[in-house]
Amino acid sequence: METPTKLPPSSPSSPTTGFSVPSAEKVDGFPRRSMRRARQRRSHSSSQFRYQSSQVELTPLPLLKDAPVAELHDLFCKKLQQCCVLFDFLDCVADLKGKEIKRAALNELVESVATSRGVLIEPLYPEAIKMISVNIFRTLPPSENPDFDPEEDEPTLEASWPHLQLVYEFFLRFLESPDFQPSMAKRYVDQKFVLQLLELFDSEDPREREYLKTILHRVYGKLLGLRAYIRKQINNIFLRFIYETEHFNGVAELLEILGSIINGFALPLKSEHKQFLVRVLIPLHTAKSLSIFHAQLAYCVVQFMEKDATVTEYIIRGLLKYWPKTCTQKEVMFLGEIEEILDVIEPSQFIRVQEPLFKQIAACISSPHFQVAERALYFWNNEYILSLIEENCQVILPLVFGTLYRVSKEHWNQTIVSLIYNVLKTFMEMNSKLFDDLTASYKVEKQKELKRERERAELWRSLEEQQERRLQSLGEASRNQKNLQEREKNSKNEPENSAANAT
Amino acid sequence: MAGADGDDSLYPIAVLIDELRNEDVQLRLNSIKKLSTIALALGVERTRTELLPFLTDTIYDEDEVLLALAEQLGNFTMLVGGPEYVHCLLPPLESLATVEETVVRDKAVESLRKISHEHSPVDLEVHFEPLVKRLASGDWFTSRTSACGLFSVCYPRVSSTVKAEIRQHFRNLCSDDTPMVRRAAASKLGEFAKVLELEYVKSDIISLFTALASDEQDSVRLLAVEACVSIATLLPQEDLETLVMPTLRQAAEDKSWRVRYMVADKFSELQKAVGPEITKNDLVPAFQNLLKDCEAEVRAAAANKVKEFCENLPEDSRETIIMTHILPCVKELVSDTNQHVKSALASVIMGLSTILGKDNTIEHLLPLFLAQLKDECPEVRLNIISNLDCVNEVIGIRQLSQSLLPAIVELAEDAKWRVRLAIIEYMPLLAGQLGVEFFDEKLNSLCMAWLVDHVYAIREAATCNLTKLVEKFGAEWAQNTIVPKVLGMANDPNYLHRMTTLFCINALSEACGQEITTKHMLPVVLKMSNDQVANVRFNVAKSLQKIGPVLDSNCLQTEVKPVLEKLAADQDIDVKYFAQEAISVLALA
Repeated sequence: METPTKLPPSSPSSPTTGFSVPSAEKVDGFPRRSMRRARQRRSHSSSQFRYQSSQVELTPLPLLKDAPVAELHDLFCKKLQQCCVLFDFLDCVADLKGKEIKRAALNELVESVATSRGVLIEPLYPEAIKMISVNIFRTLPPSENPDFDPEEDEPTLEASWPHLQLVYEFFLRFLESPDFQPSMAKRYVDQKFVLQLLELFDSEDPREREYLKTILHRVYGKLLGLRAYIRKQINNIFLRFIYETEHFNGVAELLEILGSIINGFALPLKSEHKQFLVRVLIPLHTAKSLSIFHAQLAYCVVQFMEKDATVTEYIIRGLLKYWPKTCTQKEVMFLGEIEEILDVIEPSQFIRVQEPLFKQIAACISSPHFQVAERALYFWNNEYILSLIEENCQVILPLVFGTLYRVSKEHWNQTIVSLIYNVLKTFMEMNSKLFDDLTASYKVEKQKELKRERERAELWRSLEEQQERRLQSLGEASRNQKNLQEREKNSKNEPENSAANAT
Repeated sequence: MAGADGDDSLYPIAVLIDELRNEDVQLRLNSIKKLSTIALALGVERTRTELLPFLTDTIYDEDEVLLALAEQLGNFTMLVGGPEYVHCLLPPLESLATVEETVVRDKAVESLRKISHEHSPVDLEVHFEPLVKRLASGDWFTSRTSACGLFSVCYPRVSSTVKAEIRQHFRNLCSDDTPMVRRAAASKLGEFAKVLELEYVKSDIISLFTALASDEQDSVRLLAVEACVSIATLLPQEDLETLVMPTLRQAAEDKSWRVRYMVADKFSELQKAVGPEITKNDLVPAFQNLLKDCEAEVRAAAANKVKEFCENLPEDSRETIIMTHILPCVKELVSDTNQHVKSALASVIMGLSTILGKDNTIEHLLPLFLAQLKDECPEVRLNIISNLDCVNEVIGIRQLSQSLLPAIVELAEDAKWRVRLAIIEYMPLLAGQLGVEFFDEKLNSLCMAWLVDHVYAIREAATCNLTKLVEKFGAEWAQNTIVPKVLGMANDPNYLHRMTTLFCINALSEACGQEITTKHMLPVVLKMSNDQVANVRFNVAKSLQKIGPVLDSNCLQTEVKPVLEKLAADQDIDVKYFAQEAISVLALA
């Protein structure tokens, strides 16, 4: 028995790579899970702490609620400044008194912003935003677990959460306060601020991402001038995720925000938005970690279709382009999304995509993985889809018939076979004439296909023979050419030499 | 050359294009991979006028097909008629350089870079450079990203006006709106700097470098660190202090650990690039800080560079710097909280002994080695053991052997087979350095125990290990110490152990020589041909085939042949097969 001891995740042969998983360990796949579990959970604090130059001793201030009105704002401001002090949370016993004072102050600030009116006056804005920035903006620490799998592993939690949560809470109440004035806030909540806020979505801590999601949503709602910028930066994050790093923890949260943003797009859709759909949302389907954010992504895609049916073709063709080749789990997700799309598709749009779409569906039906085949065959249980198929039976049946016929005889899984029989029966009822014709011509078509294959093989064989001959003659030609050049060079050199000799 | 074979017309282009358009992606991919065959069949003229336009127009395929296409086109110069016509390849490659998928784009850029060298200077200005400009001012970030990789290949071979334009385009991309493009530009900054005239390196590159190194995104800043190495190499020493060092200092203290990691990771290159004086004044304190960084990743990267950094210090002050500045940090790292840091250090720390010499090693390093040999993390111990040779040269291994033994024994019995495997690999090294006596006394029993490990990989490695030991200690040693034990296992009730005997014989026969093989090993093998387990029997056949060449022909005929013939009539199909194979290989038929 392998016991889960403390074994390093990198192999002795590659001591340099603290990040990557060594190949030996990948081969020996079994003990890893248990090892990971056994690894002691540790919460993480960010690198920010060391930048605090000298530790200030905090002294408790009078309570906000006891302050005379005239001093309220001043006290509020002092509390904000007090909350700019950061504490080391990795050392959980360090400066407990200071931590408690800050926690109490934050609590008071939250309550004050949430309940009392007239607190948020202009001079407090820069102080509040400064306090928020100092606390939340930090370079996220390296992941504890280099191949963190959000579905399998426990996330690393932010150690300073007891304070951080209150800061986020304060920020949220601040944005939601009836006294909140976007015209004043926009001077401090600027592009640079938003950019840093977006970077934080990569946090491994789901509690933090949840706050960020709501906060960004409020910012988007209240600060109109930042909207385009926010969308653009989200685009950049997604593009980096798709094409560069394949790693970003907050994709689902950002998509959730986008879902509601898309909902509010004006018609006709601006080309910027269409581009976002085609160049960002659709390629997001290629991500390895699709399962984590697929629900949100599919929601966004369907939102687009409901806004403007003309994007249907882009969407379907895009999905077909990125159809998973080897990952059956993703294939099932794609099929699920296709069904969601077909649920709301307009019949005129359906006609434009039915051919490539049903070729793919036929390919899925013949998948040896029964879940894929099953998911595809379930389409025939959907009444709306069935009605679309029926209307276009002349086109669709010939596309899928061969597959259905073959798979009904070959598939290993009994459920699939019986589902196929049902589908065949449905088709027979839809259009018995066409069905009979196709049955009759099935063998002939098969023969034709075989013949085409033989012809192709023959073509390539003769092409390759020809290539051999050509390459030979080319080789000779280049040899000849070289000889010729040599000779020319020699003949050129000679007179020069003789000239040199002459002088 | 066209018409040389007279059968050009055999293949109407339509047939070939049909192949490139086949519905099945796999078939399409196969056809694209054989694009050169198609082009050859068409001849240079029709490749230029028909095939290439078709390819340019139909670039909307699966990324996998496009990748194959991008690669093919890089080798197409001869097929379109040589350097004179190479510019015909630009349109399809230009489209490929704008697609979304990174691997396709990168491959297209690679091919473009390749064929750029085949352009004449005139063609480069007329065809290639305009393409670079179009890409550099494309709408979507993909084409601008691709452009970044093309500047450096055309810059050296164009006129000065065009050069000025190229520099301008590069400047624009360095301050592009999208971080993807800035990253691409930053990653090519060093390469571009190398082809620029020194005056422009100073005027253009330095300002771009400074700007990228203080970009708002850490992913851009860290790429500037890489460029720093190339730039520093290009500049004369007296300019480094003012032009490069402020930025480098800032990067070493960047608030993002990724940037600091990059500095640590590139430290040796940086050290070489800035020279000894700056190293002494600036890099030593910077390196100390990196070794004490608050992020383990950064410390591990720096720990990895300890030996190289020390090695490359200027000789006059090397020892003082190490003893007063580096060693204190190293001492702290030995008891770091993070195992990656400790194991990174363990992989290089032994190298310091050659630099510091015998006395310092004994006084200062030895306690550290010993501490690491007792580390709780097996990888740390393994890394120390794997580098024992460095220390052996300086102080001899005896100093360590007392602590070494418990460490080795513990690793040899580790619950993880990977750890056991790793320590086996170091056995020959250890045996060589500890000497035969020490080995026989302390380690031999371990080597034998591995032969009956329950993991095959360990048994296999243990077998291989024996061969190496025999090569070191000689046949006589083998006969006295290991052969009896190996042969004893032939009577083990476990068939896997019996097979191990055969595997060991396979491995040892050559090293042990004819006499031992014939006298001691062969009888055991022959006896095992009566084993009741078929796997053992067919391994007997395989072993006989293996050791046959070591035996003399008389012995082969009289002893081996009858046994193989008996096995060739075995009822088990595999036994028959291997017996027959052995008979034919040994030419006994």
